[in-house]
Amino acid sequence: MSILYDERVDGVLPKVDKSALLAELREQLPDMDVLHTQEDLKPYECDGLSAYTTTPMLVVLPERIEQVERLLKLCYQRNVPVVARGAGTGLSGGALPLEQGILLVMARFKHIIEVNPEGRYARVQPGVRNLAISQAAAPYDLYYAPDPSSQIACSIGGNVAENAGGVHCLKYGLTVHNLLKVEILTVEGERMTLGSDALDSPGFDLLALFTGSEGMLGIITEVTVKLLPKPQVAKVLLASFDSVEKAGRAVGEIIAAGIIPGGLEMMDNLAIRAAEDFIHAGYPVDAEAILLCELDGVEADVHDECDRVKVVLIQAGATEVRLARDEAERVKFWAGRKNAFPAVGRLSPDYYCMDGTIPRRELPGVLKGISDLSEEFGLRVANVFHAGDGNMHPLILFDANQPGELDRAETLGGKILELCVKVGGSITGEHGVGREKINQMCSQFNSDELILFHAVKAAFDPSGLLNPGKNIPTLHRCAEFGSMHVHHGKLPFPELERF
Amino acid sequence: MVVRHDADASAALLEQVNHALNSSAALRIQGGNSKAFLGRKVEGDVLDTRAHRGIVSYDPTELVITARAGTPLAELAAVLDEAGQMLTCEPAQFDGAATLGGMVASGLSGPRRPWSGAVRDLVLGTRLITGMGKHLRFGGEVMKNVAGYDLSRLLAGSFGCLGVITEVSLKVLPKPRQCLSLRLEMDAALALQKLAEWGQQPIPLSAASHDGKALHLRLEGGEGSVAAARERLGGELLESAYWAGLREQRLSFFADPRPLWRLSVPSHTGVLALPGEQLIDWGGAQRWLKSDADAVLIRQAVAAVDGHATCFTAGHCDNPFHPLAAPLLRYHRQLKTQLDPQGIFNPGRMYAEV
Repeated sequence: MSILYDERVDGVLPKVDKSALLAELREQLPDMDVLHTQEDLKPYECDGLSAYTTTPMLVVLPERIEQVERLLKLCYQRNVPVVARGAGTGLSGGALPLEQGILLVMARFKHIIEVNPEGRYARVQPGVRNLAISQAAAPYDLYYAPDPSSQIACSIGGNVAENAGGVHCLKYGLTVHNLLKVEILTVEGERMTLGSDALDSPGFDLLALFTGSEGMLGIITEVTVKLLPKPQVAKVLLASFDSVEKAGRAVGEIIAAGIIPGGLEMMDNLAIRAAEDFIHAGYPVDAEAILLCELDGVEADVHDECDRVKVVLIQAGATEVRLARDEAERVKFWAGRKNAFPAVGRLSPDYYCMDGTIPRRELPGVLKGISDLSEEFGLRVANVFHAGDGNMHPLILFDANQPGELDRAETLGGKILELCVKVGGSITGEHGVGREKINQMCSQFNSDELILFHAVKAAFDPSGLLNPGKNIPTLHRCAEFGSMHVHHGKLPFPELERF
Repeated sequence: MVVRHDADASAALLEQVNHALNSSAALRIQGGNSKAFLGRKVEGDVLDTRAHRGIVSYDPTELVITARAGTPLAELAAVLDEAGQMLTCEPAQFDGAATLGGMVASGLSGPRRPWSGAVRDLVLGTRLITGMGKHLRFGGEVMKNVAGYDLSRLLAGSFGCLGVITEVSLKVLPKPRQCLSLRLEMDAALALQKLAEWGQQPIPLSAASHDGKALHLRLEGGEGSVAAARERLGGELLESAYWAGLREQRLSFFADPRPLWRLSVPSHTGVLALPGEQLIDWGGAQRWLKSDADAVLIRQAVAAVDGHATCFTAGHCDNPFHPLAAPLLRYHRQLKTQLDPQGIFNPGRMYAEV
């Protein structure tokens, strides 16, 4: 069942007269860049989920918050849908445009307004890149902890909208744990402050609600993030295992020993070989699984914890444990992991990255399930795993030029997510629902739960103009998706054995 | 993995909510009623969560515990302690009466909050009886979960105004290997200045409070870092009981008969000039005030530094929670209307209109 916006099941969108709207924008906002020709719109037809494209009706590129305010007021009056976009690196199609809507690009808001070392916060515009915040804080030996792998490109506004994660979440939390305050514009173009410069604020925790709400409840115009002192040292251990199960158990043993690593990553054999081939990180290519365990903090503690973790790893059956000798080797160990996606991309014309989370104890069963599905669908799957926090990134290899392979990859991905839900996990740990996982939301939530989500939406955007169709599926879509499951015959590729 | 089934009373709770919905009768939700002093008075039939208790699942290596709302915090703490783990938000237990549901509904965190997060930061999932009379599940037992809106964290600190929390999954962490407390004689102004400076350095602080006479610090971490920090900071060793006294509001400061206010301010705010006595907590971000001063005066002073003030003394103030800006209040009302259309859950507990 296609994930592109389908008015039949996703709801009828307001009809907008493009030329009238363009004329009105030019009149009311003469100094704001508006793109409207086919060739100018083309680059904005997708975000990081590039397999799905929709040409937006118009793209606007404001540079001042007043312009956004005015634009939203106009869109509210004229009943025009608005899809917000940051750097466009999102992996779930959260910024996938609508043919009948405006794409509001916030990427030009790049100003770092304030870095306050005494208060340990930075106040920035939404288009500021994630890494740029840490760079601006570096002179004070402070940094912004969440580090999604796209951190050199992704913007903080998008990070808030998606509640972005990264490889250090177990110890340092997600975006939601590292925010103090956001300024937003409501669908009516009204300014509102959520959170405060203090550690809490009166009333409901709307800051938490807005974080990860995928541009459905308001438009983020400013973000105040917490800064942390940089850890004195970070050391990385690389452990090899002859089975994925043993590696999985080792993760539990490390935590049982009372140690919370800064990062704890697992890769399976296919991912190891791909990364080694690409980066030459020194990974053991014959290992069934490796664990990368980073310990950070004050030097004396880190030294001590390295010794403890080494013992735990060996007792858990590691065939080899290596401590990165120096900073250069540490960076190399990480480079292999951080480039695992493009590395896997070299094995195959296309790959599709999943983002399910599971309770860690379910790992062996889920990996077995993935490998069975991989065989069933005839597509290879490489596994990269934020092992510390149970967030899996199975990478499905396929070739979009082979007719039907994208659909097959998509169906396989859906099955993997449903498996995650079945063992008590979630369909998305950090990439968001967007349009990509809109159908799988029907597996994770029942209709009463979805109704409550729609009620939350209605409290902030009753006319449904902000990012229509993302994050929460309509009951209509779920009914259709559900019936597709029940009636096997309607599935694409009936020649495939599935059930 | 420990699995216990003490008593699942959710069917009875759901029935009581449905009964209230049928008769449009307000409910006053309570667990141990240990935080009755906080918020506005609610008229309504009591919905008591305490029969719905017990730990549903706990696997220390997953760092997650799931328990029913009526579970006493003391029981939860004991089970975690046995496995060498803890609730890092360090909630008050108020003579053992406080429950898990009340902790989440009030969102009140203890001295470790600035370093380890608030109650809301630990919430991974909840079960909720809604204003539509349904018992639903949001979030889950995994660390990362961005499917749908984050209703679980929204419930933290919502004082029962959005529904009845029946079950909560929380992230838990291992206890630190080493813990020691220090007392450093200095005035409040210097203490705040020092805290702003130390906050920028990797010092293993886990609590910092100034009681008017001296700065009290707690260090937690590995043996090496705690020893190094102790050496560097100096001062004299302090009994760790100070922190329980602070958390439970049993220090002599709290015995002062004047009304108690909680001031939440940016941590690097200097000494606040207000009539009465102050005690600094949360490394400067939370100031307790004992004062007869007028609510308006206190709120103006705190708002001027971008903070807010909550009155912690029952009945002293018509609006114990800091007033909301007009657009915020409007969206609070709209959210309340959507999630609790009949207005049966703790109406008016936070704000008259919500």
